[in-house]
Amino acid sequence: MSAPAEAVVLRIRLPRVFAATAVGAALASSGAAYQSLFRNPLVSPDILGVSAGAAFGAVVGIFLSLPVLAIEVAAFVGGIAAVTIVYGIATAIRGRDAALILVLAGVVIGALFGAGVGLLKYLADPCNQLPAITFWLLGSLAAANLRDLTSLLPAVAIGLMLLALLRWRIDVMTLGDEEAAALGVNTRLLRVVVIAAATLMTSAAVAASGIIGWVGLVVPHLARLLIGAAFTRLLPVSVLFGAGYLLAVDTVARTLGTVELPLGVLTAVIGTPVFLWLLAFSRRAAWS
Amino acid sequence: MVLNEPRLRIEDLSYGYPGNVVGRHVSFSVGVGEVLCLLGRNGEGKSTLFKTILGLLPPRAGVVRVDGGLTTGWSVRRRALTFGYVPQTGGGAFPFTVAELVLMGRTAHRGPFSAPSIADRRAADEAIATLGIGHLAQREWLRVSGGERQLALVARALAQEPRILVLDEPTASLDFGNQVRVLEAIRSLAESRGLTVLLSTHHPEQAFACADRVAVLAGGELLEIGPPVEVITSDTLRRCYAVEVAVLPVANDRHRVCVPRSYLS
Repeated sequence: MSAPAEAVVLRIRLPRVFAATAVGAALASSGAAYQSLFRNPLVSPDILGVSAGAAFGAVVGIFLSLPVLAIEVAAFVGGIAAVTIVYGIATAIRGRDAALILVLAGVVIGALFGAGVGLLKYLADPCNQLPAITFWLLGSLAAANLRDLTSLLPAVAIGLMLLALLRWRIDVMTLGDEEAAALGVNTRLLRVVVIAAATLMTSAAVAASGIIGWVGLVVPHLARLLIGAAFTRLLPVSVLFGAGYLLAVDTVARTLGTVELPLGVLTAVIGTPVFLWLLAFSRRAAWS
Repeated sequence: MVLNEPRLRIEDLSYGYPGNVVGRHVSFSVGVGEVLCLLGRNGEGKSTLFKTILGLLPPRAGVVRVDGGLTTGWSVRRRALTFGYVPQTGGGAFPFTVAELVLMGRTAHRGPFSAPSIADRRAADEAIATLGIGHLAQREWLRVSGGERQLALVARALAQEPRILVLDEPTASLDFGNQVRVLEAIRSLAESRGLTVLLSTHHPEQAFACADRVAVLAGGELLEIGPPVEVITSDTLRRCYAVEVAVLPVANDRHRVCVPRSYLS
């Protein structure tokens, strides 16, 4: 192989392929985990505010010109903070419709972290920081390189491993805390571990590629319609669908026009109609 | 196990939520293989009492003993290996199959990371067979009827292989035939496996059909406890439900029928 070809394949395309599959798998599987844990097929990393929280953390990192690993840690802290606040709100407000309150709390907290991101963009250096932040926030794998992979892949591997090990317990959590406890599950501990695993993956994905919405909502939803609710099957199918989907969409984003389209924009354009269709369809399936 | 200790003993138990104690100073015990049926009007706190016994709610006062030992401080796993619980409404809203749901009853029998073993699957299959719902096993849980869901929840509790079975109104959503079948299944489990059963119901007649003793809750206290023929009288039912009921004999002396007096006039 010639030297330029080697450089293109190994240093540019290959890391990007790995990043796309890892990010897609991470977002889809963390979405599946959040949906089971919160007993709500309508939640996802973006709806729960985790993506916005992680993005805020990462933007703080970029703003302070921190090293890559520190940016990822900041993203994780932001993501955990967001999901903790959202869950806290949903627990504190014991309304009639717990699912609705959870989703609304996620939207509200997501907006708050979004405002924080807006403030940092306003304050950022317009010559080099602002374009970097803006481009990254739209969601893109164009800048994916081997160094990104060294922090993305281990985080996704750890998260997936935890979810895979706990897959049978995660099923029991969909019954609700009381019933799960009566079946012998330490619900508080399990919830903390599963949220940590899912948020770790989401944060690593956000730190690597910005906010790529809808994957975490639509892919596990679709997977559940196809193969049922059991997490033993849901997790691998979500991982495969998520990885394949994002790889395909990234390829389209890269090749569709003369300039590259932002990945997050494309997933939103595809995800919105698919989600609306699912909403109508799953109402007939009587479980939304 | 201490000799002559009942399987389950409730001592001076007060139960409820912070700032809202719904029942006070309730004491009773249930032996091995005994079925105790709990009666009480809506809002009397039967479910709250059950959840307190199961350890899902902390007792406001008093203790729960199993085989003489205090259950205070037990792990959720130990509780789940001791108590099987059939909630009034349960099963969640995710599209599991009935077999998958019953298999969840085996959760406490394995470690947090383990998959169900062959023994787990066999226990779940047996529980499904015992309740006679084999034809539903591969059906989606959300697509079977309310009565069939209840049978699946009972099967799940059986798969748990508990020593004590707690059922919160297990016949509430069942048709007449399924009511009879569930009560007969409960009765025969108590007799054949020595299972201790605690259940609540809104139908006093069911107590005659399945219970060794019946406990009546009224005003947050234990009004009466004893064999059904002694406890279920016009007087007790009036004090419990505030209606006039005739308790009439049938061909055998174990059973009675309860008919509101207004129907007879």
